[in-house]
Amino acid sequence: MAEKVLMKGNEAIGEAAIHAGCRYYFGYPITPQSELTAYMAKRLLKIEGAAFIQAESEIAAINMVYGTAATGGRVMTSSSSPGISLKQEGISYIACAELPCLVVNMQRGGPGLGSIQPAQQDYFQATKGGGHGDYHLIVLAPSSVQELVDLTIKAFDLADKYRNPAMVLGDGLLGQMMEPVEFREKKNADLPSKEDWALGSCKGREPRKVVPFNLDPYELEKLVAKIGKKFEKMQDEVEYELINMDNPDIIIVAYGTVARVARTTIQKAKQEGINIGLIRPITLYPFPYKIINQYADKVKHILVSEMSLGQMLEDVKLAVEGKTKVSFYGRTGGVVISPTEILQEVKKILK
Amino acid sequence: MNKVFSRPKSLVDIPFTYCPGCHHGIIHRLIAEVLDEFNIREDTIGIAPVGCSVFAYLFFDCDMICAAHGRAPATATGIKRAKPDNIVFSYQGDGDLASIGTAEIIHAANRGEKITVIFVNNAIYGMTGGQMAPTTLEGQITQTSPYGRDSKTMGMPIRMCELLSTLNTPSYISRVALTKPSYIIKAKKAIKKAFQFQIDGKGFSLVEVLSTCPTNWGLSPQEANEWLDKNMIPYYPLGEFKNSEEVS
Amino acid sequence: MAKVVIDREKCKGCELCTLVCPQNILVMSKSFNKKSYHPVEQINPEKCTGCAFCAMTCPDVAIEVYK
Ligand SMILES: Cc1ncc(C[n+]2csc(CCOP(=O)(O)OP(=O)(O)O)c2C)c(N)n1
Ligand code: SF4
Ligand code: SF4
Ligand code: SF4
Ligand SMILES: [Mg+2]
Repeated sequence: MAEKVLMKGNEAIGEAAIHAGCRYYFGYPITPQSELTAYMAKRLLKIEGAAFIQAESEIAAINMVYGTAATGGRVMTSSSSPGISLKQEGISYIACAELPCLVVNMQRGGPGLGSIQPAQQDYFQATKGGGHGDYHLIVLAPSSVQELVDLTIKAFDLADKYRNPAMVLGDGLLGQMMEPVEFREKKNADLPSKEDWALGSCKGREPRKVVPFNLDPYELEKLVAKIGKKFEKMQDEVEYELINMDNPDIIIVAYGTVARVARTTIQKAKQEGINIGLIRPITLYPFPYKIINQYADKVKHILVSEMSLGQMLEDVKLAVEGKTKVSFYGRTGGVVISPTEILQEVKKILK
Repeated sequence: MNKVFSRPKSLVDIPFTYCPGCHHGIIHRLIAEVLDEFNIREDTIGIAPVGCSVFAYLFFDCDMICAAHGRAPATATGIKRAKPDNIVFSYQGDGDLASIGTAEIIHAANRGEKITVIFVNNAIYGMTGGQMAPTTLEGQITQTSPYGRDSKTMGMPIRMCELLSTLNTPSYISRVALTKPSYIIKAKKAIKKAFQFQIDGKGFSLVEVLSTCPTNWGLSPQEANEWLDKNMIPYYPLGEFKNSEEVS
Repeated sequence: MAKVVIDREKCKGCELCTLVCPQNILVMSKSFNKKSYHPVEQINPEKCTGCAFCAMTCPDVAIEVYK
């Protein structure tokens, strides 16, 4: 087993990416993820054959990612909310061209320039496509520094497996947090070879074309349908954590930072004789509809808590199918929810 | 009898999608000839833009990728950095390179990316039906400058070669035209030089090709050539703006 | 002795080659090709010098030259 090291979230993502074999990083500084960009500079500029570029913009960065991804290179970019908005056209191209890459979004308060404080306001953008056209990203939502590491590695593998861009959706709090982490021996993920589609030298084979368009609507429909099939398959990748789910009075659904907060709420509540369960989606796309639906039969109340006006809330409601009451508690704009606030909300509901 | 002129092998044998008399076809052929002459077709990765030449991916018999509008230099950067042993060229229109993609071309040039850019300046947005480009001449009528480009509110046409030549890092920058055989011969030489710089592992190279869009200029191919000679060449002088091999 | 071979079906009838031929031996045909363009034709082929100006100018790479 590897040794544990104390690392800041943003830097841990960087080290995890390198651990996963990522040798190409293109990004543009933005708080609260700039340490990741700097970390990649420090590491990749010292590795022969690797590339780090501080791009002229997030738009350029994602289009560099597109180029490297087309050659089969393990490649990533990272940013925070406004920068991720700028990348959307490029992400849509990458999805249409069926290329793998990793995009990290350490969310901050929005809309607009917003704030630099942690938020979860980009859930819709991350899980529903974000850019134009019918596509999804694979979206993983870590809630500890160790998970930033593990899910970064996993995101690269899933991106390769499905030839689709993947996103690690964190926030400023996770990025700035220091925790001990370990970089486990890499499992052989049994990934498909890139040999039969990557651009390079066409000696001994037909030239390859990466074409994210088709002006014939019937042909484009076929392509989109083929991509759509992948999203059906991706549903098998659903991952979540169930905490304290033994006959709870109420179930909280929360991801990322808010899920961490909710764990403390659960402990506090226990002291007051209230039994709170927590469903923590780890994959936001695919979303764990099924498990939430199953528990909707067993519990009188579900409370969704997010650092937003209520975005994942819509997916939880879809999952619940009206079988039980769904309430929401959120703070937005970069305000981090406290354990006591959630507990108060729970008490209000249970009264 | 020997064949003294034939279709280059690097050009797929299918008809072009371009309008009659459009220079895109000549430019494609010149690039393909250069790929043949250097025998680099199999090692070349080309980047097609968004614009009339979005179909360039069909015409070059090498690996190709279609970039987002204006972002070809960034995509080329991503490819070249991952595949430094391949030859990477981008093909871009003037709307693509000098408007929406201004930042990408300036910074790719400034980083000295070892790529070759073929920049097709036809003073108009061809694909979208003839709107004003940043290179549209003063007074030129387009769909979005229906009373002629007014420099007071629309600015003056941008000379990209001159602008990029203010940077220290680019290795080769030149502007050519195709309105007569002597120009075409020079254009071919410039494109060949641009690729030579890349093959030699030197920095960024760009050739701007003054080009016609008979369809959206509302002129016959012949009139379009004449219009280019009369109006574009005086404003966009031909020649080399940067050649890092020549010691000054 | 020189010879040009014109691909009637690739020709889009733009006339640019006719303007650069020093011998003035390229003319537009009255007939149509499959794409409804009037393709170019050579008259007085014995006058052709094989200079290839026509081929060099053709945007549709419709001309081959033999010498
Ligand atoms: C982001 C984005 N904005 C706008 C367009 C629409 N568009 C397609 S081509 C084009 C202009 C092309 O002009 P130019 O680059 O000069 O190429 P040309 O067709 O003249 O060769 C525009 C505006 C687009 N495809 N994508
Ligand atoms: S619209 Fe203009 S640039 Fe486009 S193919 Fe036609 S002539 Fe060429
Ligand atoms: S090769 Fe020269 S002389 Fe012969 S047809 Fe062409 S332009 Fe005319
Ligand atoms: S230049 Fe080519 S396309 Fe135009 S008329 Fe001559 S042969 Fe035909
Ligand atoms: Mg144009």
